[in-house]
Amino acid sequence: MDIFLQQLINGLVLGSIYALVALGYTMVYGILGLINFAHGDIVMIGALTSIATAQALVAAGVPPPLALAIAALVAIAVCTVLGVTIERVAYRPLRRAPRLAPLITAIGVSVLLQYSAALIWGKQYISMPELFQQSAFTVGGARVSDLQLFILALACALMLGLLWFIRSSRIGRAMRATEQHADVAGLMGVDTNRIISFTFLLGSAIGAVAGVMVVIYYGLGHYFMGFMLGIKAFTAAVLGGIGNVAGAMLGGLLLGIVESLASGYIGDLTGGVIGSNYRDIFAFLVLVLVLVLRPSGLLGYRGGDRA
Amino acid sequence: MSPGLLRERLTKLAGERWLLYLAIGAALLVLPFVVDAAFGRAWVRIIDVALLFILLALGLNIVVGFAGLLDLGYIAFFAVGAYAYALLASPQFAIHWPFILLLPVGALIAAVFGILLGAPTLRLRGDYLAIVTLGFGEIIRILLNNLNRPVNITNGPLGITLIDPIQIGGFALNKTFSIGGLTFSAVHNYYFVFLACALVSILISLRLEDSRIGRAWIAIREDELAAGAMGINTRNVKLLAFAMGATFGGVSGGLFAAFQGFISPESFTLLDSIMVLCMVVLGGMGNVGGVVLGAVLLTALPEALRYAAPLQERWLNAVYVEPADLRMLLFGLALVLMMLLRPAGLWPSRTRRRELAEPLDDERNGQETTLGTAR
Repeated sequence: MDIFLQQLINGLVLGSIYALVALGYTMVYGILGLINFAHGDIVMIGALTSIATAQALVAAGVPPPLALAIAALVAIAVCTVLGVTIERVAYRPLRRAPRLAPLITAIGVSVLLQYSAALIWGKQYISMPELFQQSAFTVGGARVSDLQLFILALACALMLGLLWFIRSSRIGRAMRATEQHADVAGLMGVDTNRIISFTFLLGSAIGAVAGVMVVIYYGLGHYFMGFMLGIKAFTAAVLGGIGNVAGAMLGGLLLGIVESLASGYIGDLTGGVIGSNYRDIFAFLVLVLVLVLRPSGLLGYRGGDRA
Repeated sequence: MSPGLLRERLTKLAGERWLLYLAIGAALLVLPFVVDAAFGRAWVRIIDVALLFILLALGLNIVVGFAGLLDLGYIAFFAVGAYAYALLASPQFAIHWPFILLLPVGALIAAVFGILLGAPTLRLRGDYLAIVTLGFGEIIRILLNNLNRPVNITNGPLGITLIDPIQIGGFALNKTFSIGGLTFSAVHNYYFVFLACALVSILISLRLEDSRIGRAWIAIREDELAAGAMGINTRNVKLLAFAMGATFGGVSGGLFAAFQGFISPESFTLLDSIMVLCMVVLGGMGNVGGVVLGAVLLTALPEALRYAAPLQERWLNAVYVEPADLRMLLFGLALVLMMLLRPAGLWPSRTRRRELAEPLDDERNGQETTLGTAR
């Protein structure tokens, strides 16, 4: 039972990170109908930027909590600039082009980001400096660290904040209008180009926070880390119903839990035949199953032209 | 123009064409020897690899270029073909089937995989299809990496070694021999086999393009709904595209395994899928000539980039960008720039060029067409 609870908690933390990344996919898909392939790599850039900044700051003698805060802010700044620039340069000119065209540029941008990162930070793992002493306590036999609680709390706060923002703010309303019909929204006085830029900005900023969470949670970053993270987050977005913000959150949490439980138990269930080295397959299996069986996802509307 | 004159001109044209083909054929026959003498044997090997990539890219072209189904896991079929050959012709299971048998068997296995992976994705549209195929590609790679336990099938990350070379009529292609002063080394022998395969695949692609099936693929690419309304069985035709593309990939993979004598899951990553996609996009989706051009260019590129390291050293006193990374950076840049500036590719098909030259009035805003030309 304690193992189950432990895996559940681990999965919840992992899932909240997936959910934050998934938001970036789902918001862009909702508005542009485009899978922003490069989003995972934007998260990666955020993660590696924060590591590099934190390393420099700690070396300069800045107190750790302040160093972490500054590193996160730098990562957010870099990612938002990057996200908005990518949209302007690589996606906007192709907005009226056939569907395959922006998808192929997105793949190109993804590869560019990966190898630019390899160029800047090298191809080896780089590690986050130890910023603070982690303490842990036990709940019902499961070990929970304060870092896990912090990540979970921050992720939940961000998600609730975003939900409120989209539902209640002026820009949020403009985003929803653009999502429903960009041309009509334009006629109603919404500057759709600015809204689309803003969506990329928001998605990238949240992605940057997720990237920082990954590196403080695992302590490591790598130029290729965005690929798997991106795929899983996209799976989460599809699972929840792509284009649906609440769905992305739900999908992320569910996927994290499924992955954590599955890789924790599969060894026992199959008598050690299939081990946790198949961990990464679960995300793909979930993705394929959802797309084949229920392409509109858990919270997406049915019968739409989404898949 | 009188019918007689027309016929005369046509036969004259056909005669000239034959001369052209003959010249190309002769050039292709002497190419490895000229290259060997001029640049060394390593370059003959590069040409061999280029021929394999032509085969691979033409297969992907059927799926992406003709049928408009963006497949990001295409390298999986290459992997399946390679592993099929490797397992049935190596000491791994002490099975040594002959090449003549393995070629159709490998093609068949790959085709079955094409249908298996294609079937669940039939209902999916462009971008979803891309993600799912990417997922399948990764699943295949993860399986190859892990199927060394509990029963050792693929030998895991270590890969399979000592794969039999291609044997044709009791003659192993990795043997060196000479006829009349000409030395045929392994790379020369493989060159001729690969050349034959590449030519056959080019011929198949060209004939497919103008066939009933090819036109059905293009119709689906342009508008699946309309194609269905015109009586095309879209399900079967799409499956056929997957199967046909996979067959090309599988054959190419089998040849690759025999040529290298060693394969491991490392050769079948997403980046390889993207590289093949890059060949198709760069050359010109849907145009056989363009795809061949793209495959040759992108195989030669890394070799050319090898000179980049010494140049950096000379000008900047240090190697800042590894040639392999530079290659990937250029691939990424090429994908973006091609889509932005020249979406039909370096060598677009004639229809495409015409479409771009005179935009049709009834062209909708392009949302529904899948391929990157109609703007």
